[in-house]
Amino acid sequence: MDAVANIKRQFIHELAAAGKRADGRGMLEYRDIKIVPNYLKKADGSAFVELGDTKVIVGVKYDVGTPFPDIPNEGVMTTSAELAPMASPDFESGPPGEDAIELARVVDRGIRESHAIDTAKLCIKPGELVRIVFVDIQILDQDGNLIDACGIAAITALLTAKMRVYDSEGNPTDTVEPLPVRKIPVPCTFAKIAGSLMTDPQVDEESVLDSRLTVTTDDEGYIVAMQKGEYGSFKLEEIMEAVKISKSEGARIREIIKAAVNESD
Amino acid sequence: MERCDGRKKDELRSIHMEVGVLKRADGSAYVEWGANKVFASVYGPREVIPRFLARNDRAVLRCKYNMTPFSVEDRKRPGPDRRSIEIGKVTAGALAPSVLLEKFPNSMIEVAIEIMQADAGTRCAGITAATLALVDAGIPMRDLVPACAAGKVDGQVVLDLCKEEDNSGQADLPIAMMPRTNAVTLLQMDGEMTEEEVEEAIALAQTGCRQVYEMQKAALVSKYGGGDE
Repeated sequence: MDAVANIKRQFIHELAAAGKRADGRGMLEYRDIKIVPNYLKKADGSAFVELGDTKVIVGVKYDVGTPFPDIPNEGVMTTSAELAPMASPDFESGPPGEDAIELARVVDRGIRESHAIDTAKLCIKPGELVRIVFVDIQILDQDGNLIDACGIAAITALLTAKMRVYDSEGNPTDTVEPLPVRKIPVPCTFAKIAGSLMTDPQVDEESVLDSRLTVTTDDEGYIVAMQKGEYGSFKLEEIMEAVKISKSEGARIREIIKAAVNESD
Repeated sequence: MERCDGRKKDELRSIHMEVGVLKRADGSAYVEWGANKVFASVYGPREVIPRFLARNDRAVLRCKYNMTPFSVEDRKRPGPDRRSIEIGKVTAGALAPSVLLEKFPNSMIEVAIEIMQADAGTRCAGITAATLALVDAGIPMRDLVPACAAGKVDGQVVLDLCKEEDNSGQADLPIAMMPRTNAVTLLQMDGEMTEEEVEEAIALAQTGCRQVYEMQKAALVSKYGGGDE
């Protein structure tokens, strides 16, 4: 590790041990969240989200295809993420690496496990034609906590998404209807630095964190997904503290998402 | 509640472990966990390839998780898929807190986990085997890292889901831990659980980990001797 990185690490660790952060935030204080739903016209649904200086865009497009044989009456959702070189000096072009894959899968898991999309309503012709929903995540500026920024953007984009109504023969009609979204899962990510838990880590904090924990909750306060990341560990009490905070912070962020979507309608 | 294979809610499937099963690898282990059959190998510490990955303050730990095409009901297309890549990443995160990486700057330790037969819980079996392979390779560690899952089936929190329970269950929560300090080094969860159920599941999975821990120690003693005699 080079000297500058070492000094930064020591600085952030000392602050964290004293319950402080470099940008003056409280340990459990999120940066400002700005959401622009329906940011793009060509996508079927979209959202531009800023979490502090982190900027991400999610576009939702759907296609029509054949269902999986084991769920012939249900549509399909897939999520992918692109860590474009524009967003950080540490990102390189090429096929998604393990960081991009983990990001997409953690966001995907929250949406999937909360059953946010009513996949039965994506079916056009049972066993033959279903809608396949693609959630594509594009990172513009990586200033930390991509999981939460992308999770917020993904569910907002889905909430704004419209899809064409198909007739019983599987032909598209001129009518459009909203994508059937019935839940708003919200991921809350924690960093553990020098034994202290903090929410919404900024990129410098991420670069020196010991471990990371994401807890995704749904509208009813159920925990629908969790993921520990990086090279450290958590005690049971720390995990349960994170779960508790995720429920309240998730509820707060859910209201921000709802307000943004309602305003755009 | 009756479980599909007749186990009690806090009962593990039958587990068998063997250390040092491959000749060429620096360390290796084999774990049978219910119907799961898993090999793990360790190479290193050795030269870092590609070079730019090298760290001058510690060793790089790379973990690869792979399912053979014949390990599941419908043949799996060979090669890494997104699930395997994610499991490799979280496996590295599960093992790294225990490994004394700082002892081997500018080197690389490579863990490979190969799933020969999969029946729910392969990542836990893989981490359990990889830990034994690391010990077999003589890599210094703070503690063994056993892994075990708990989940929710028919509304009840149970230990170590088998395939049928995993398919029909409402949640799955795999963990890995270092039992000497109670540090949880792997934690994933999908499904639907209340806060109270999450706490119950983690606590139950920890009791599973402790049982797996004793089996790991027994497997090492049977390979290398020692213990009380």
